[in-house]
Amino acid sequence: MSAAEQSSGGGSVEYIQHHLANLNVGGFNIDTIGWSLFLAGVILFMAHKVRSNLQAGTPGPFQNFVEMILEFVSTQVKDSFPGHNPLIAPLALTVFLWVWLMNFMDLIPVDLLPAIAHGVGIEHFKVVPTTDLNTALAMALVIFGLTLYYNIKVKGLGGYLKMFLFHPFGKYAIPANIVMTGIEELAKPLSLGLRLFGNMFAGELVFLLIALMTLGATLSAGLLIWFPLQVVLDLVWLMFHILVITLQAFIFMVLTIVYLGMAHQKADEH
Amino acid sequence: MDIGITLFAQVLAFTILIWLVNKYMWGPLNDVMEARRAKISDGLSASEQGKKDMERAEQQAQEMLKEAKQEAASIINQAQTRSSQIVDEAKTTAIEEADRVKAGAQAEIDQEVNRAKEALRKQVSDLALIGASKVLGKEIDAKAHQDVLNDLVSQL
Repeated sequence: MSAAEQSSGGGSVEYIQHHLANLNVGGFNIDTIGWSLFLAGVILFMAHKVRSNLQAGTPGPFQNFVEMILEFVSTQVKDSFPGHNPLIAPLALTVFLWVWLMNFMDLIPVDLLPAIAHGVGIEHFKVVPTTDLNTALAMALVIFGLTLYYNIKVKGLGGYLKMFLFHPFGKYAIPANIVMTGIEELAKPLSLGLRLFGNMFAGELVFLLIALMTLGATLSAGLLIWFPLQVVLDLVWLMFHILVITLQAFIFMVLTIVYLGMAHQKADEH
Repeated sequence: MDIGITLFAQVLAFTILIWLVNKYMWGPLNDVMEARRAKISDGLSASEQGKKDMERAEQQAQEMLKEAKQEAASIINQAQTRSSQIVDEAKTTAIEEADRVKAGAQAEIDQEVNRAKEALRKQVSDLALIGASKVLGKEIDAKAHQDVLNDLVSQL
């Protein structure tokens, strides 16, 4: 690692910046796309494995595990989604699994995969797709598209526009209503994407900061303090992060369900 | 932190993944789970039905037992009534029979007594005649003293 040779503050900044840069080829963030597709493949492999030995009577341990996740997701859908739409539950499942797996990449030691990539000549390599704003916003955008579609489908185009005109202040404040509802509708996908991105980005940054503690250190008395401290901090943050990645995946899923549920509600009287 | 073409690639990837998960993971697994749920609920309702049937049968049995007991009791009652009736009847008949026998015997006794009396009267009158003839030493015409004899006889 080039940054490792320098022990000044500039070295730390460079180390972090180096870590936060994507492998970009022709405008595509190859690492983000590659890892997210790989993790999608993991989900599909899981699906394939379950389907290869699908049993209604006595499910095996792996089928039980997958069923447990399915049950969990469909409970969430039943709790927060009014009415019935066969798309919502698989959508929520996809969101949960994919986001969780992408977040999970954060638990792999921050330098491991980039170092391997460096070894085969790749300069920048970011392994956590959700720390790339593109991924988080892409998912939020899909959700936004779906809410838009169902808003118009359920409420009708007129009903949807009426919501912009008469919500939340009634019919005497139409300009304010348009601004307020517009902000509200736009804030939903934006906050959805940015929340995930922000949490994962910050989490990775903390891992990088912990990694910085012994960066470029030589064998010395100081190492006796820094190294155990680093191990302890890393372990604590790692355990905490298991919670964070699961929580973020869960929040993304629940908000997806809730936003789509709101889109499915008929226009109420305002 | 450049938002660009990657975003659209990820949108596409996400959309396709949703479709694939729906088709290959959620669909088949959900079918299986739905089938299991249906089977379990069928089994539960069947057991419920069986329990209900058993309860009903038990109730029926109880009712039948009760009926049978009642019937038995009523039969015993009837039998008792009938038997006491028969006893009463027999008693009455016996008393009647006894009365009749007694009356017959009485009548016979009376008759016998009368006859004996009659015979005795006759003998008394004969004896009186014989005695008188012995006392007087001569034959007494019975016809001539008929009135006296008759008077004597009737006084006995």
